[in-house]
Amino acid sequence: MRKLNIGIFLSLMLLVAFSSCKEQKPNNKVVINEVLVDNQSNFQDDYGLHSGWIEIFNKSYSSADLAGCLLRVSSLPGDTVTYFIPKGDVLTLLKPRQHTLFWADGAPRRGTFHTNFVLSKTNENWIGLYDSGKKLLDQVVVPAGVLKENYSYARVSDGLNEWEVKDDSAEKYVTPSTNNKTIESNPKMDKFEQHDPVGVGMAISAMAVVFTGLILLYICFRLTGRSAVVLRKRNAMKAKNVTDHKEAKEMKLGEAPGEVIAAISMALHEAQGADHDVEETILTISRVKRSYSPWSSKIYTLRETPNKK
Amino acid sequence: MGEFVSFLQNNLADFWTYTGFYNATYQHLIMILVGIFFIYLAVAKEFEPMLLIPIGFGILIGNIPFNMEAGLKVGLYEEGSVLNILYQGVTSGWYPPLIFLGIGAMTDFSALISNPKLMLIGAAAQFGIFGAYMLALEFGFDPMQAAAIGIIGGADGPTAIFLSSKLAPNLMGAIAVSAYSYMALVPVIQPPIMRLLTTKKERLIRMKAPRAVSHTEKVMFPIVGLLLTCFLVPSGLPLLGMLFFGNLLKESGVTRRLAETARGPLIDTITILLGLTVGASTQASEFLTRDSIFIFALGALSFIIATASGVLFVKFFNLFLKKDNKINPLIGNAGVSAVPDSARISQVVGLEYDPSNYLLMHAMGPNVAGVIGSAVAAGILLGFLI
Repeated sequence: MRKLNIGIFLSLMLLVAFSSCKEQKPNNKVVINEVLVDNQSNFQDDYGLHSGWIEIFNKSYSSADLAGCLLRVSSLPGDTVTYFIPKGDVLTLLKPRQHTLFWADGAPRRGTFHTNFVLSKTNENWIGLYDSGKKLLDQVVVPAGVLKENYSYARVSDGLNEWEVKDDSAEKYVTPSTNNKTIESNPKMDKFEQHDPVGVGMAISAMAVVFTGLILLYICFRLTGRSAVVLRKRNAMKAKNVTDHKEAKEMKLGEAPGEVIAAISMALHEAQGADHDVEETILTISRVKRSYSPWSSKIYTLRETPNKK
Repeated sequence: MGEFVSFLQNNLADFWTYTGFYNATYQHLIMILVGIFFIYLAVAKEFEPMLLIPIGFGILIGNIPFNMEAGLKVGLYEEGSVLNILYQGVTSGWYPPLIFLGIGAMTDFSALISNPKLMLIGAAAQFGIFGAYMLALEFGFDPMQAAAIGIIGGADGPTAIFLSSKLAPNLMGAIAVSAYSYMALVPVIQPPIMRLLTTKKERLIRMKAPRAVSHTEKVMFPIVGLLLTCFLVPSGLPLLGMLFFGNLLKESGVTRRLAETARGPLIDTITILLGLTVGASTQASEFLTRDSIFIFALGALSFIIATASGVLFVKFFNLFLKKDNKINPLIGNAGVSAVPDSARISQVVGLEYDPSNYLLMHAMGPNVAGVIGSAVAAGILLGFLI
């Protein structure tokens, strides 16, 4: 019966574990985050010029290096331009949750962040970001005809799957090199402030989790403990050649409490001659050798009261 | 000659503006007295000397007045100063997990494994955290600050520092000093509450001697403990991961050197750095505020709530236990972490009423469960609020 209970418990645990498992999502660190095709009076590059741009975002919480990655653009079938992001520029290292812009100005000589292509204002633009092993990290198709000048096509929020057209209005403004959605508050904290101003909800939910965690541990070690006791009893029966369980119970086999074990350990310890109750009575004087150092010398430490003579 | 004398005068006058005497304020003096009081408590009363000596001396270091506009790079809050570099272990939160590594390597979980129901006492005592959380909200702190203050009730210094560094870095000094102060004052705070909430008959309950725990069970505990708690609360991973890792080093029996380093030189080094820098973080200008006073008051209340909830939970639990299986409610206080002080209090108070009733072994169960419980609670608060 006990084995059956253990079996049911373990099966349930496995069932819960497997049913809650999800497929591993592709975890690319860097994504294309926002694209502006027709830049008339938006963000200027370091030459003071207005060009289209592609914003790359490092959505992870560790640094990501873009050096050696490829940016590919195609606005017509069979017409793909590839820009190799140069190696050796420290600025290609994106810090966690940081953005960077690549200028689609067709002038790569202007620097690492100026590409060799220009985005088409009339056709749709397919943009792909590849890692140095030419594995596609992210891609986006910027639709044609919906982006007016100074409009951008961007993820609703950094790294999110949904895209929208940003028309530079008060709600949907273009955000080069910064968060697509400005976070002005901590939504989790706001939720608690709004729904749980006294803190009872937090106390109940958090205590429920604490208890769940420790109850799980309790159940686990209750079962383990029982198995250990059964195992010990079985070993003791084997050692004493006892086969009858009733007899074993009467003999209290395998039930030695901690105190008995402590007493046995102490006795063994003493038997091995480690006790110090009776000391050897041989007086030995041996010369103590210490290397001299003024730092350890007692002469200089002024431990004695100075005598006035 | 006159010009030279004038130069000397100006030079000395200029130097005077750099001295502590010139820059001292009454707040500095108050904090210096607090530091000396901590050292006194540690030396004369032997209240948690390992913590109070570094913290007390750290308070002295942090409150030496100096010209903060001179860019001397000596203050804890001045980027690039030695103290600032040492303080990064606190602000970026890597000292507390290392302390937990040492705690894991020195903790024997046998009492808990042999009587796993004692884990629930460790869970119940975490009510102190959420009681203080609710009170802090009443005092006008926002939820993140309230959570950081509430964790004082977990009676676990490293956890308090870890959580406050994430949720309310500006309150960390006050929270850390408050947590460690009350941990030192456990012998003063807990016994009256334990006596108040228990009857004489309950205090005399004798508990069954714990069974011997096999090596396999001891090795399994950190592995299963890590998997169960961290799958449930992954945000508690830095603390729980290190705690259980340290314990595995100890219990595996094959990594003795590593375990000895973790529970010896490593934890000592980190304790020195943590205590000193936390103490030094209490610069008068940052520390002596209305909030700090509230934090100290709330810290005391959280300890009281945690102790009371542990004791009351045992009494409630006893209603469902067989007569020969009852738990002495005097071990309920040990559910607050404060290892091993609160377990020692159970033993001392128990011996007052029955000189042959040794509760220490039993109290160690909820005591170490409290460490796990407070780390789990910290993980939950992080998960809820960040």
